[in-house]
Amino acid sequence: MSDILKIGDRELTSRLFLGTGKFSSNKLIPDVVKASGAQVVTVALRRVDLEYEEENIAAFVPKDCILMPNTSGARNAQEAVRIARLAKAAGCGNWVKIEVITDNRYLLPDNYETIKATEILAAEGFVVLPYMSPDLMVAKKLVDAGAAAIMPLGSPIGSNRGLKTKELVRILVEEIPLPIIVDAGIGRPSEAAEAMEMGVAAVLVNTAIATAGNPVAMARAFGMAVEAGRTAYLSGPGEILDIARASSPLTGFLRDS
Amino acid sequence: MSFYEEMQRYGAYDFEGFFARIAGAEIEKIIIKNHLTERDYLALLSPAAENYLEEMARKAHRLTVQHFGRVILLYTPLYLSNYCVNNCIYCGFQVNNRIERKKLTPAEVRKEAEIIAATGLKHVLILTGESRKDSPVSYIRDCVEILKQYFTSISIEIYPLEESEYEELISAGVDGLTIYQEVYDEEIYAQVHPAGPKRNYRFRIEAPERACRAGMRTVNVGTLLGLHQWRTEAFFTGLHADYLQNMFPEVEVSISPPRMRPHLGGFQPRVEVSDKNLVQYMLAFRLFMPRGGITISTRERAELRDHLVKLGATKMSAGSCTAVGGRSEYYSTGQFEISDERSVSEMAGMLYSQGYQPVYKDWQFLSDGK
Repeated sequence: MSDILKIGDRELTSRLFLGTGKFSSNKLIPDVVKASGAQVVTVALRRVDLEYEEENIAAFVPKDCILMPNTSGARNAQEAVRIARLAKAAGCGNWVKIEVITDNRYLLPDNYETIKATEILAAEGFVVLPYMSPDLMVAKKLVDAGAAAIMPLGSPIGSNRGLKTKELVRILVEEIPLPIIVDAGIGRPSEAAEAMEMGVAAVLVNTAIATAGNPVAMARAFGMAVEAGRTAYLSGPGEILDIARASSPLTGFLRDS
Repeated sequence: MSFYEEMQRYGAYDFEGFFARIAGAEIEKIIIKNHLTERDYLALLSPAAENYLEEMARKAHRLTVQHFGRVILLYTPLYLSNYCVNNCIYCGFQVNNRIERKKLTPAEVRKEAEIIAATGLKHVLILTGESRKDSPVSYIRDCVEILKQYFTSISIEIYPLEESEYEELISAGVDGLTIYQEVYDEEIYAQVHPAGPKRNYRFRIEAPERACRAGMRTVNVGTLLGLHQWRTEAFFTGLHADYLQNMFPEVEVSISPPRMRPHLGGFQPRVEVSDKNLVQYMLAFRLFMPRGGITISTRERAELRDHLVKLGATKMSAGSCTAVGGRSEYYSTGQFEISDERSVSEMAGMLYSQGYQPVYKDWQFLSDGK
């Protein structure tokens, strides 16, 4: 059975997206990507240095992956738009993850500025994936603004606290006709699996892999967890009940007659 | 309310009495808290907390890796001018020192920039003495126009400016400000700054606020360790950083814990600040502000800097030179002696050997983008 995730005009078979910050060496990135099976890798444009190939983070992303620059460091829509345009001009393609953060304590996104940036960049032909605080009305506006997918946070960036926004994300999954990708906060493979089981289209992981004792092994674990969670979702998990239901009902014979 | 007004709360505070009351059990509780109050921070700066440095270090390390990753941002200072009208008694550039005064010409700025750029660094910190006549804002702006052809992040460590002047430099390409209050104790401040515009304590302490209002992206504050009791000075530095982060949540706030170094003039530190004290300060700050940056310069010796990588540091200078034009042919007296003379590639090698990535570029100058 083919299970394709379509974003923009690209068809993906992996539902794990990777971030590239916080690694002890860029040299780990190719192995991490390979072990995870990821096909979409995000890189902060602020870290991309085309003049210094040896230390240029973008050069470590395998060529067969979709390079998704992000606007880390942008404090408003205008800066996010500038960063996206610079990324495109630098040859980083037309995918962009919008990240507008005006709060350095918790790194929570500014939804209002994110909508504005999405609208401008989508109109310019970018494939826009906005990172946002899960909110149904904001998500609907992002759909109208031309987003290609919606990326709600599971908990604050880098916190490894897991899927704390589960109920809000669940509502987005039910109501929004675009792929919902949980971005930020996923700390363990089991949490990635949990997100996938409830029907999100994909998850994006960075800190949990980059700061693991063995990032390559952890990347593989996340790849497997995402696949397991997705398979579970597609296979339709049994419902959770308040009372026990025996596998062989005692009164079954009454219905047989 | 400005930070100056805010800090008056501690005007008559009995710090010694507070430190005397802190017991070990209290430190243990603070270390495991998720969110520290300013009183908790002060407790971690107490003598009692010295017995818990290893526990503090483990948490500080964990928090730093979580929030910043295993990376250290590298930068280097570039001295543009050593003309100065102040006579800060602890500084090699003060007006009464008979040193050769020098200010880089545009061609010399370009030459220094080329030498630095060849190391791969993209972050540069430009410095001048305080002289509105010899190094006016227009001169600094002209230098920035040259430097942005080589670097993607330009910070300034110059005399305090008016808000509109910060705006002018930001629009030219400056994105970071470093300004040390030198000493937060107002009386000591007056003693060590006997003359010159720098005597204006309040204009200096409110400079970071003006810069933030003008749209500065990063702001780095600090006290010069050695001028006064380090525990209270470290406390006020942390409060200052916390205040800035609260008032300007979009700004990346960091601190530096510079210790006094030998310099021309020979002023001796008034207070000894040991390695252990420095480490306690860094750890306490990291626990208080998990996302606050900590910048470690080459004032510290190589061996100590190697250890500080895992104790909360987020940014380090490399290939430093404190003399105006010191990287090219011209040579003059430096502001102070540096302790870690390693090149950028040697620093990078050290970081890699510790399982850390040296980051050369972590900002992108945003042109008009039209």
